[in-house]
Amino acid sequence: MTALTGAAYWLPLICAVIVGFAVAMYIVLDGFDLGIGILFPFFPREVDRDQMMNSVAPFWDGNETWLVLGGTGLFVTFPHAYAVVMPALYVPLIAMLLALVFRGVAFEFRWVAKPHHAMWDIAFSAGSIVAALCQGFMLGGLLGGTRVEQGHFAGGPFDWLTPFALLCGLGLVVGYALLGATWLVMKTSGTLERRARRSAHLLLVGVLGFIVLVSVWTPLEFARIGARWFSWPNMLYLAPVPLATAFFAVACWRGLASSRLMFSPFYSAMALFILAYVGLVISIMPYLVPPSITIWDAAAAQSSQRFVLIGMAILVPFVLGYTVFVYYTFRGKVRADEGYH
Amino acid sequence: MNAVLLARLQFAFTISVHIIFPAFTIGLSAFIATLLILWQRTGRDHFHRLARFWTKIFAVSFAMGVVSGIPMSYEFGSNWSRFSEVAGNVIGPLIGYEVLTAFFLEATFLGVLLFGWTRTPPWLQATAAVLIAVGTAMSAFWILSANSWMQTPAGHVMRDGIAYPVDWLAIIFNPSFPYRLAHMLTAAYLTTSLVVLAVGARYLLAGAFQEEARTMMRMGVGMLAVLGPVQLLLGDQHGLNTLQHQPAKIAAIEAHWRNTGPMELVLFALPDEHARENRAALAIPHLGSLIITHDWNGRVPSLADFALDAQPRVTVVFFAFRIMVGIGLVLIAIGLTGAVLWRRGRLFASRWYLRAAGWAWPLGFIAILAGWLTTENGRQPYVIYGIMRTHDATSPLAAGTVAASLAAFVLVYGVVFSIGIYYMRKLIRHGPQGAAVAAATLPHALPNLPLASARDSTRESRAEPPVI
Repeated sequence: MTALTGAAYWLPLICAVIVGFAVAMYIVLDGFDLGIGILFPFFPREVDRDQMMNSVAPFWDGNETWLVLGGTGLFVTFPHAYAVVMPALYVPLIAMLLALVFRGVAFEFRWVAKPHHAMWDIAFSAGSIVAALCQGFMLGGLLGGTRVEQGHFAGGPFDWLTPFALLCGLGLVVGYALLGATWLVMKTSGTLERRARRSAHLLLVGVLGFIVLVSVWTPLEFARIGARWFSWPNMLYLAPVPLATAFFAVACWRGLASSRLMFSPFYSAMALFILAYVGLVISIMPYLVPPSITIWDAAAAQSSQRFVLIGMAILVPFVLGYTVFVYYTFRGKVRADEGYH
Repeated sequence: MNAVLLARLQFAFTISVHIIFPAFTIGLSAFIATLLILWQRTGRDHFHRLARFWTKIFAVSFAMGVVSGIPMSYEFGSNWSRFSEVAGNVIGPLIGYEVLTAFFLEATFLGVLLFGWTRTPPWLQATAAVLIAVGTAMSAFWILSANSWMQTPAGHVMRDGIAYPVDWLAIIFNPSFPYRLAHMLTAAYLTTSLVVLAVGARYLLAGAFQEEARTMMRMGVGMLAVLGPVQLLLGDQHGLNTLQHQPAKIAAIEAHWRNTGPMELVLFALPDEHARENRAALAIPHLGSLIITHDWNGRVPSLADFALDAQPRVTVVFFAFRIMVGIGLVLIAIGLTGAVLWRRGRLFASRWYLRAAGWAWPLGFIAILAGWLTTENGRQPYVIYGIMRTHDATSPLAAGTVAASLAAFVLVYGVVFSIGIYYMRKLIRHGPQGAAVAAATLPHALPNLPLASARDSTRESRAEPPVI
């Protein structure tokens, strides 16, 4: 690689950080409301489901918008990577989008359909599970490598389908369920909260199992990733990632065990997610499409990246500001009798 | 079928379904914001009831707009990856700005509008509605800028087959953009006004929700009477702009095969693409020239003036354009007739007018779809006019893959959105809560709507918290 200097080096890096930020926001925010859907089969009572839905209803749409920012962010700042990744992950991508249709409309349809809403409970739950699975498949498929010839995707429609991708899919379902369960601990009360705590304990064990599996599997399967983590002095620099993971796992467990701590399980689960995400970024960098396209290969014209970055510098703080405002407006526990709009 | 045609069909299908919902919610959010502001200022309860009523319908429509819109933002890459590489530098940022200035604003404040009735002060509720209305219009601004750039590209240079931005203002405000934006926003407001008018008319016919219905009738008629004629002028100006930048599109719209003299206005014909002439034509001499060039003897380039591989097919644009204009004229008639009746004090009593208005609700949606079919098909065979051909723009996918995803979209959208529209009708049939005149007689008086079960309505009114 020829040495890149100045804006040619920094602009793509800054853009990658911002797209990565949007994806991280999506994972933790939509993660908990997808998690609510994943948990639906284990909470069959209508009154519980009403509360679960009410706890996320004011937020889900804003949460899902981060997915649009992630996708368009990739299109805007790295059109070449976008044009390779989307055809390569076509099947799980389309399946995810269709699954999101079912669960998204369920938020409104379920209330209008009552008392004939059983179909939308299923749509909400199945849609959430399939969307989470597909996101894991896409992650696994991306890590597994994409066949690129002359700058275009050159593989088949099911190249992404590997045992590793299946592992990632299941891991994400369990992970989102943990986010959802700890969210319920924070936002609900009574029996629903107690049941959420019990579920979250089990899910935490599952999530840690998946984190260990992926952490062992990736360096063994991909030599490049093994060298990244297990060479000196990288091991020293990267040691905080597994250590912090262990810390937040303990914090989450203890928060769930105490009946008074409402917030720490959710925040710890979010921290676990962010750490796992940081770990993945460390494994992948500097590639956007492993093993061939780096962030510098895929970068849009400098003028385009600059134009968008200016907008983001001004607008993203506003977005974050009013997002916080809405979360604050709907703070506290959801009451069982609280009606829909 | 080849992969290109399948990808085009998929885009046409997904965007056509999608546009129905934003076209409705752009106007509806503005309507709800107006109602909430009126309620703040006057304190009259029926404004509040109307706002809550339409907010429920808005919520269902908006959810469908969101979930049908997310696939669009990925479809550029999944089905049109080579287009994304060529145009990404230029139109990518426009879509990025749409997300940042519009999507987050709408999606976040939607939560306040839908769930804030008991949690937030009324002024915040009204502010949320205004912000959502602004957000929907901002969204239209950016996406129409991107679309217009594909119609009339400007402000860029081509290097190695890739478009690079030179002047962002020239890109955003490309030559057809101001006309397209004004035309589409007006169309969205007209479409919603017509739905509001139709619902008001149906309530009046049924003798239910009198006060609310009268407000809806007045607001609907007022908007139609003003914006209908405005839209005619905007469309005319848009046509002049198209003649200047995409003359082949105009020639196809008018089925103008040969430039042998002043253009006639073809009212009806069966365009024969093979023989390249019109059959069964009904045409008015000179009128085409007058409309398109504002000159009785003006000359308009014909299809014969363009290479065969640089002009669109005629049939779709010819008919779609006539459907759009025909509906536009009907809307103006509905608006002006309503205004005359209103002036004479007979707006709420003229049952023939109420019946006609009650049936007119889908016209705006049909006109919007017809208009988009005209302009998008009229751009063919290019995806970026004069720069990139549609058949060079698709992803390297097998036809079978695209066919399978198209089938999945048709199936899912067909089921989910049909049910959604049925639910919106259910909400409309149920009517505003807490109105002085209840809906007891309504189901029987609206024969064309599915019957409401009495159990449903009693259960729902119990489930509703009382209106403040």
